[in-house]
Amino acid sequence: MSALDQMYQEVILDHSKRRIGEGLAAGDATPMGDEDAAGCHHEYNPTCGDEILVRVGLNGDTVTSLTWQGDGCSISMAAASVLSEMAPGADVSTLLTQIEAYREMLRSRGAAEPDEELLGDAVAFLGVSRFVARVKCAALAWVATEAALRQAAAGRTED
Amino acid sequence: MNHGLPVPDGQRGDSHQAPFDDDQARALAQRFPILSRTVMDAPLVYLDSGATSQRPESVIEAEGQFLRNSYAAVHRGAHTLAVEATDAFEEARRTVADFVGADEREIVWTSNATEAINLLTYAFSNATAGSNGSGPGSQRFRLAEGDEVLVTESEHHANLVPWQELCARTGATLRWIPVDDDGLLRLDALGDLLNERTKVLAFTHVSNVTGAVNDVATLVAAAKSAGALTVLDACQSVPHLPVDFHALGVDFAAFSGHKMLGPTGIGALYGRAELLNSLPTFLTGGSMITSVTMERTEYLPAPARFEAGTQRISQAVALAEAVRFLKDLGMDRVAAWEAELGQRLARGVAQIPGVRLVGPRPGQERVGLASVVVEGVHAHDVGQLLDVAGVAVRVGHHCAQPLHRRLGITATTRASAYVYNTTADVDRFLEELSGVRAYFRAED
Repeated sequence: MSALDQMYQEVILDHSKRRIGEGLAAGDATPMGDEDAAGCHHEYNPTCGDEILVRVGLNGDTVTSLTWQGDGCSISMAAASVLSEMAPGADVSTLLTQIEAYREMLRSRGAAEPDEELLGDAVAFLGVSRFVARVKCAALAWVATEAALRQAAAGRTED
Repeated sequence: MNHGLPVPDGQRGDSHQAPFDDDQARALAQRFPILSRTVMDAPLVYLDSGATSQRPESVIEAEGQFLRNSYAAVHRGAHTLAVEATDAFEEARRTVADFVGADEREIVWTSNATEAINLLTYAFSNATAGSNGSGPGSQRFRLAEGDEVLVTESEHHANLVPWQELCARTGATLRWIPVDDDGLLRLDALGDLLNERTKVLAFTHVSNVTGAVNDVATLVAAAKSAGALTVLDACQSVPHLPVDFHALGVDFAAFSGHKMLGPTGIGALYGRAELLNSLPTFLTGGSMITSVTMERTEYLPAPARFEAGTQRISQAVALAEAVRFLKDLGMDRVAAWEAELGQRLARGVAQIPGVRLVGPRPGQERVGLASVVVEGVHAHDVGQLLDVAGVAVRVGHHCAQPLHRRLGITATTRASAYVYNTTADVDRFLEELSGVRAYFRAED
């Protein structure tokens, strides 16, 4: 497989079209439904114009929803979609561990041997790590989610 | 041979050689060491000269020769090297001035065009404040509430943001000439926008996104009749077209060396001599003064009054070599060849289903660049596919966010040619571009 095909894997091209989680239920951090906390975070990459707004809803330690609105390349949109598929039902600490593992994989320049059990479909982004200029695309939604999770946790502390 | 533009004879002393063609472009490319490298095992096709151009061996060597033999501080010291360096530095200014139809006193060295426009806008502020050597002649650079600065919706951020900030500092109002759905200036809107309140009209000669060549004569005439100063962003014109600032009649202009086969770190501000000498200074310090006491300072005439501190000496020398290289080719021939490449790009893009050409339609005047939108595929993905095929293009908003927003797009893919590109380079780009939608399954 060429380096290009390793980056644009089936699962990535597929998710870039399916865009799971796209469409924000609400654009703010007010809990709704069974949520007891929520967080929202916007990330923007000024070099390419990719942007994403991610919202996470929590119930106790469980992530109940991850929705987003964004505009960007196939890598950034697929990364948001994969995460939206993974997150609901996960507990917050597991999701943060996954985000950290994902970040390490992206920094590896193709050298990582990612834990497929931990990262699931997200291991497909290993190919992106060889293209240093595209690492930020793959990281955008995940970085935004990490910040949204922290905001949700902080909101709960304040109550 | 088939040319997009007529080739005028001997324009400004340019050579009387035959029109440029693929064989000559290929031979020329061999004088650019970087152009023979490969990218991802494919031969490099460099189509990003709009961002920065590559340098011929002679330009690289001219800088090296100067550094090896004659480098020293200029305009100070009396030793032999200082004299040689000063001579080379001022000879470079004459060479560049002659190339753009200016007097040598009208060329101020800057780091790049961005710095040139910032110099100008801060000098306007200083006139408004009455500082930095503001004399009676600086009156016309003062801005206040009720005054207007007119730009265009298609400007590069470098010719927009400094004017925004100048307006914020002085209370003047920024207005802009809109563009149409193709991204071309709507000169029909000029009448209302250009009025007795307009103090400055700043606009680009050639759009770095659409490749359109703006009608400088019409804009300058309109500005003059309204009593406004004109500022031309010549970044995309000086490298690619015969440009004569005196003939164009603009008051100020800016361009960068690295887009015209020269080094980074050198650019220039052109200003009509009488204006430059009454323009307040921007950066102050050494080398730009006549007398300094603990209380006050008198400044040198232009261009020295704008060149504070140690200058970009070897870069200026190398830029002059780049200018000699272009003059030897003849800017009329360069322009004609690039017009042909630009039309080939435009025609080719227009034939690819699902790909939108931004800017002038095929057949309408454009320089050798084309920006495109591939439906259903983000520009970054387009650029990636081209890159692995060895084709280097620019993706993104090209420092022109307002124009992209107006056209309803966030990013484009831009192929920009220079005189070392061939029709085969253009065809390689078109061939790869036509496969993009299938790869990303955007054809459904």
